[in-house]
Amino acid sequence: MKASNSQWKDRLVGRMPPQLEAEVDVFEHEVALKKQGKIDDRVFGETRLRRGAYGQRYDNGQRHDGVATRKLQYPSGAATKGAHTLWDAPGMQRIKIPFGGLNAAQLEVMAELAEEYSDGIAHVTTRQDFQLHFIHIEDTPTVMRRFAAVGITTREACGNSVRNVTACPIAGVCRDEVFDVTPYAKATAYFLLGHPDCQQFGRKFKTAFSGCRDQACALVRMHDLGAVAATRQENGRTRRGFELYVGGGLGTVPYQSKMMYEFLPEAELLPVAQAIARVFARLGEKKNRNTARIKFLVNKLGIDEFRRLVEEERAILPQDPRWTDYLKEIPHADEQPLKPASLLRINGLQPVGFDDWSKTNVYRQRQAGYAVVTVALPLGDVTAGQLRTLADLARKYVKDTIRTTVEQNIVLRWVSEADLPELYKELKQAGLATPGAGTIVDITACPGTDTCKLGISSSRGLAGELRTRLAERSLEMDEAVRGLRIKVSGCFNSCGQHHVADLGFYGVSRNKGGYAVPHFQVVLGGQWTENGGAYGLAIGAVPSRRVPEAVDRITSRYLAERQTGESFQAFIKRIGKAECRKMVDDLGNVPSHSEDATLYRDWADAREFTTGDMGVGECAGEIVSPTDFQLAACEREAFEAQLQLEAGETMKAARVAYESMQHAAEALLKLRLNYAPDSPDGVAAMFREHFHDTQVFFDPFAGGKFAQYYFQAHERNGQARSSESVHRLIEEAQLFIEAAHSCYGRLAGQPYLAAAI
Amino acid sequence: MNVQHVKAKIFARESSRIDLGEAIPVFHQWIQKNSGEELLIDVADYRHVPGGPGVMLIGHDAHWSLDSARNRLGLVYNRRTAMEGSTGEKLRQAVGAALEACRRLEQEPPFRGKLVFDGGECEIAINDRLLAPNTEETYRALKSDFEWLFDALWGPGAYTMEHAGEARELFQVVGKARTPVAAAELALAP
Ligand code: SF4
Repeated sequence: MKASNSQWKDRLVGRMPPQLEAEVDVFEHEVALKKQGKIDDRVFGETRLRRGAYGQRYDNGQRHDGVATRKLQYPSGAATKGAHTLWDAPGMQRIKIPFGGLNAAQLEVMAELAEEYSDGIAHVTTRQDFQLHFIHIEDTPTVMRRFAAVGITTREACGNSVRNVTACPIAGVCRDEVFDVTPYAKATAYFLLGHPDCQQFGRKFKTAFSGCRDQACALVRMHDLGAVAATRQENGRTRRGFELYVGGGLGTVPYQSKMMYEFLPEAELLPVAQAIARVFARLGEKKNRNTARIKFLVNKLGIDEFRRLVEEERAILPQDPRWTDYLKEIPHADEQPLKPASLLRINGLQPVGFDDWSKTNVYRQRQAGYAVVTVALPLGDVTAGQLRTLADLARKYVKDTIRTTVEQNIVLRWVSEADLPELYKELKQAGLATPGAGTIVDITACPGTDTCKLGISSSRGLAGELRTRLAERSLEMDEAVRGLRIKVSGCFNSCGQHHVADLGFYGVSRNKGGYAVPHFQVVLGGQWTENGGAYGLAIGAVPSRRVPEAVDRITSRYLAERQTGESFQAFIKRIGKAECRKMVDDLGNVPSHSEDATLYRDWADAREFTTGDMGVGECAGEIVSPTDFQLAACEREAFEAQLQLEAGETMKAARVAYESMQHAAEALLKLRLNYAPDSPDGVAAMFREHFHDTQVFFDPFAGGKFAQYYFQAHERNGQARSSESVHRLIEEAQLFIEAAHSCYGRLAGQPYLAAAI
Repeated sequence: MNVQHVKAKIFARESSRIDLGEAIPVFHQWIQKNSGEELLIDVADYRHVPGGPGVMLIGHDAHWSLDSARNRLGLVYNRRTAMEGSTGEKLRQAVGAALEACRRLEQEPPFRGKLVFDGGECEIAINDRLLAPNTEETYRALKSDFEWLFDALWGPGAYTMEHAGEARELFQVVGKARTPVAAAELALAP
């Protein structure tokens, strides 16, 4: 904890917006009360989250160090800052950056705080936020004050609230946009921030704005609320409005949003958002977190009924001047350049590396003579020194502002083109001129096992490895491969947005002879364009260490067999998922631990992979248990279901997907009880009794969610389903089987079962 | 002036040739073998960040890193929690801990003979802008404490020191011995 904390409060009095100042004071009191044990863990946990102060890996005070699970003996002992979260354990502070917009002074404060309270690194997230890691809870009020003094709030950066409102980073300068969505995104962000109608959500609520339908910049289709700029001609006048989408989301099972309005006039944007918030707060699930996102509500009610309820709510909303006040400012809201437009001298001698960099990192603006420069941040990380350089460059070249992107980069807009070589040189000097923005080397990754409590495999470790390997050959790569997107999540929760990547990966674990092996599920065929217009499906799990080999095989095959002009998605669709699986199938054969232990370690981590609580018998490494075989067969069935779905056999696909779950449940019953009933009803009932009600099957964080997938599938077995619903069922089957693998791993750690295995 | 959160960097000799990735298992082993005096938590890998903190050993009271800020490899000790004692003692503790880590790293099998730290240069920063803004005034106030430290490290008059960095950066002082010395030869108990 910083020695200067108490002095910052006095130093910054009157230098913060009064509302923010008061909020931070309240939070500081809550921290003090919690320290004295006067606030309940659960309540403080949610309060802290709503201020963006999140937990971090090992904050329960336990860590497997590669030899054994050890207790981390913090000075304040067992004192907590939330359920199972120790007071002294380092935490993460998320900082909301509406539409990714920051000015130079804010960048400088970000640099100071990264240096003084964190580990010297600020991290750009896939939602245009920043995150600082390894922060002590008692430092957070000071961190918040220092941000507040430059107009930044961390309020509602986490928790069951309206999260950061994202928008295209090139809004206002884009060649394809209908109009600049920035002022609308900003107005929505501040209108919903702390709004009383947004305080009773059962889960988080994510909003995005896009200036057009076809590009991917804002990924509107995967949001709880998404708005795409649209115009209409009325009485000879162009009216602005939005195509409004609701109920999208990634998470464990991705949902495509539903179009709620083809054209919502701009004046209706905020009241309708408010009405949606009210309906969500009133009717959204509250008890079961796993079905509490708005996507489940929209799906349950159907979009027409949902719209009707929203309109009913809209009709009774008390008038609020903020709904339209901001619209008057929009004609004057355009960002202005610092320098006059100019052209890049193409015959001039350019700095070494400039040409390659400018091919991928420079975008010509709609406004002639200006360009957007993308500063590609490896894995979204930037040092304090680099942030200061960016602040200097923002002042020198572009009138003070930058924006973060959902691809974890930073853009400088309104660069006068003749300045590009000089700017490149200065970026290069600061280690910020990495080429390849928006290409296969510009990999997006969530924090994964580095800092996230839910991480299964090392997403950043894998992304770093892929980046290094691909960067070595990127300049020689065929354009078709170079343009692909890779996204990595450390677990099924999809923070790395793997569903909308050409090649997506999410972390899972497998057991081999009583040892855990880090794996990634390979997800192919997701669509980045059209605002994340289609989601991919998993084709099989590959050991983490073999993912680079999988990437090579898949991209080489695409290169060798693609038809003229054929996109990666079209190629994957044409060859079919069975063929895709064949490409990686053999990579799943893991040698026993005694033969070669390489695959039992994750990337950038020297420890044996999560063997923490597992008791490993002398010769367990040589034996493949019947459960291993049964669960592998279930995976094949789930895959089979995908193929049936692709072939248009919807009902068959649903049946096979359901059976894959039933068979996984049987495998666990046999493992634990040496018996499984013959009938589907019997299996479901017995599984409920022995695995669900006892919580043996519960995921440490997702609880009984995956078991519920099975029970719901059992209830609906044989009923008619749409192909979208079957698509989801297959996803759920895969997750249920993953959970069965994890449960098996946990059970294998119990000595009496380890012997049986 | 209440000086806290001292950060010290000892640079590696230019001839050092190492694979930074080797620091990951080394730091994990430090955690495994930890005697419990320091609470060591985890290892963070920032090798992908140009001029960044490289590989870090995250602790409760301090972080250590094999860092390449300004593209110069070195060992950084970064004190996080406050300490009792005089300013001189806090400076001495940080530099002592950094030197101790240097000696230990030099002896680790992957680095033996490949990584040598230079005991002739030391960059010390105060990682708290409010307690120690990077101004001439701070330098004047702390000059004698730094002299006390460098006297102990290299001997009176055997070094030069200067106030470094721009106003936005952390307050920092760079000391340089007049004659070359290996870090392993320096005796400064933490
Ligand atoms: S995807 Fe999983 S591992 Fe990654 S940040 Fe989200 S919850 Fe954590």
